[in-house]
Amino acid sequence: MSEDVRHEWPLFEVFVRAKRGLNHVHVGSLRAADHQMAVQHARDLYTRRNEGVSIWVVRSDDVVASDPDDKAAYFEPSADKVYRHPTYYAIPDSVPHI
Amino acid sequence: MNGEETFADTIARDHRVEPRDWMPDGYRQTLIRQIAQHAHSEIIGMQPEGEWITRAPTLRRKAILLAKVQDEAGHGLYLYSAAETLGADRGDLTRRLIEGRQKYSSIFNYPTLSFADVGVIGWLVDGAAICNQVPLCRSSYGPYARAMIRICKEESFHQRQGYELLMTMMGGTPEQRDMVQDAVNRWWWPSLMMFGPPDGDSPNSARSMAWKIKRHSNDELRQRFVDMTVPQAEALGVTLPDPQLRWNEERSRYDFGEPEWSELKRVISGDGPLNRQRIERRRQADADGAWVREAAAAHAEKQRSRR
Amino acid sequence: MAFDDAYGALTDHDDDARWAYGTGFTDPLAGVPAGFPEGVDRAGLAAYCLMLGDDALIMSHRLQQWVTRAPELEDEMALANIGLDLLGQARLLLARAGEAEGAGRDEDDLAYRRDPHEFRNVRLAERADADFAHLIARLLVLTTWRLALFDRLAGSRDPMLAAIAAKGVKELTYHRDYAARWTVRLGDGTALSHERMTAAVAEVLPPAAELFQPHQIELSLAAAGVAVDPATLRAEFDTVLAEVLTTATIDVAPGFSATAVGSPAATPGSPAATAGSPAAAAGSPETAASGRDGEHTEALGGILAEMQGLARAVPGGAW
Repeated sequence: MSEDVRHEWPLFEVFVRAKRGLNHVHVGSLRAADHQMAVQHARDLYTRRNEGVSIWVVRSDDVVASDPDDKAAYFEPSADKVYRHPTYYAIPDSVPHI
Repeated sequence: MNGEETFADTIARDHRVEPRDWMPDGYRQTLIRQIAQHAHSEIIGMQPEGEWITRAPTLRRKAILLAKVQDEAGHGLYLYSAAETLGADRGDLTRRLIEGRQKYSSIFNYPTLSFADVGVIGWLVDGAAICNQVPLCRSSYGPYARAMIRICKEESFHQRQGYELLMTMMGGTPEQRDMVQDAVNRWWWPSLMMFGPPDGDSPNSARSMAWKIKRHSNDELRQRFVDMTVPQAEALGVTLPDPQLRWNEERSRYDFGEPEWSELKRVISGDGPLNRQRIERRRQADADGAWVREAAAAHAEKQRSRR
Repeated sequence: MAFDDAYGALTDHDDDARWAYGTGFTDPLAGVPAGFPEGVDRAGLAAYCLMLGDDALIMSHRLQQWVTRAPELEDEMALANIGLDLLGQARLLLARAGEAEGAGRDEDDLAYRRDPHEFRNVRLAERADADFAHLIARLLVLTTWRLALFDRLAGSRDPMLAAIAAKGVKELTYHRDYAARWTVRLGDGTALSHERMTAAVAEVLPPAAELFQPHQIELSLAAAGVAVDPATLRAEFDTVLAEVLTTATIDVAPGFSATAVGSPAATPGSPAATAGSPAAAAGSPETAASGRDGEHTEALGGILAEMQGLARAVPGGAW
């Protein structure tokens, strides 16, 4: 029977902006009945030590993620495109501001 | 590489396994069991100290203790959150706790008899917990490791507030000094038992070490805790209740006596002083809250259908 | 791996790594001028600070009793936060009361060494909660009242009281929001929760009349620009409550309406209880015993026995 016990509230993922100028960063999840409650709960759980200035919440089942099995196809093809990096280009030290 | 090879490679390179990665079922189940047990310990662990919030003898101590016990609820939540990334459901884990099918740390089955216990729990119990937990910040499972980093950072206040309280009490009346010594006497051995049974008697340890879920043996962590704590006890002016405790020059570590392992087994198996009360309180809160949680879910559903 | 102490593993790379996240903690009262504005009745100010401090201290105690008993763990966090905020307000106000009194009593002397008849909180604060709906109803009433009060008190002539109130406004805004949202969820949730929330509101509103019954100290300090006449808070209180209760589909007292309760005819000292207002069920305010005069229910004795027992049992103790 216990296998069937599910929490009454859905799971939300929480993102906190630590200070202005930084991205929101994923900090964990929590349970809430709705989005508004999730924001309140996130405030009480993840920012009680002055850790944030802004909160996002997203229902966990709304998050679409890349498949780990696709990792090779998705991310490895960019590994050899070294010409996208500035250090690939040799410029004499004597040339300023570049 | 297939999933299995990727997993082995990730562990071998000391990289982190993340939620959607392939992982052996045993790894997943071991993690769920360990993280849930850890989360349950935080939640049940609110009770012994929680008893003293309303009775704290100064408003400053009251605020500190309330914030600390609140942190424990928070730590439980961080850990349940990590367990849920493995496909577990918090409602189900709570049910398993209440039905006695998942354990929590036996230390919380001992009573808190005086306010000095609040200090000693911070110093010894949280100190032992930190010894156990700091290595878990490098656990191979990413969400668990990240939760542990946050918890360890927050626990740094827990241990220090406890020690500060004890220092203050040791500077108080003779009666208060006796309270502190009495609390140390009662919590010392249970604290040593928090590291689990001796390595020779810890069946799951080897596999957890191989998977890098666990990074040090029980006995090694216990030794480190003793080595750290003895000088702190001296600074405080209390005696640790172990006649065999002495510095071993050769090993450059402290020798210490053997805890009463039969007692640990007894308490783990549910026969500790307060096992039934602790679970009953958690069960009651969960049952009393059911109508509230259902109401919020029903209201959310109404709001959705109105939109 | 470095492991000279428990934090070794964390401190390999960064000395700050063992400390909790979060920075920039500040003292909200930094820069508030010491002393008292001219012409302020210090004994009256002390008594007034005790009223507001005791409300917060006793309500915080009730919230502390919910620890490990909240309906969900996330609400453990929320209730503890509210309890901590109120405890913080209590400490500042008791400290101010001690300063104004000038007899050398600090926050702990005032919290731990007074007997029930010396406490000045409203009786609603000491009331035990039969269930979560009762807690939410009390929180809604007390925080709505207190937010309206602190909003005005932020302009007090006493700079310390003004600073405490300005700090409290931010906290109370969140408390009221938390209570209001739960009132709506429970009122507009299941049939059972609707019934419980309605019953809780019906029980909590009548004693709420005490909040608006002006005490002589409040009136004289209000005239001096230091305090706020609580009767002036009714309009805002009634508007907020009517809105929340309507959204929550809760119809408490037949005839309850914002205009009736907030009627300007309800002048200080007069029988404020217009028919159908929250005050009506409490009977005439003149005859009603008030916590502001130290008249309490038995519940306060129980709270203080629990709160003060240890502090009083160890004379000269250092904690």
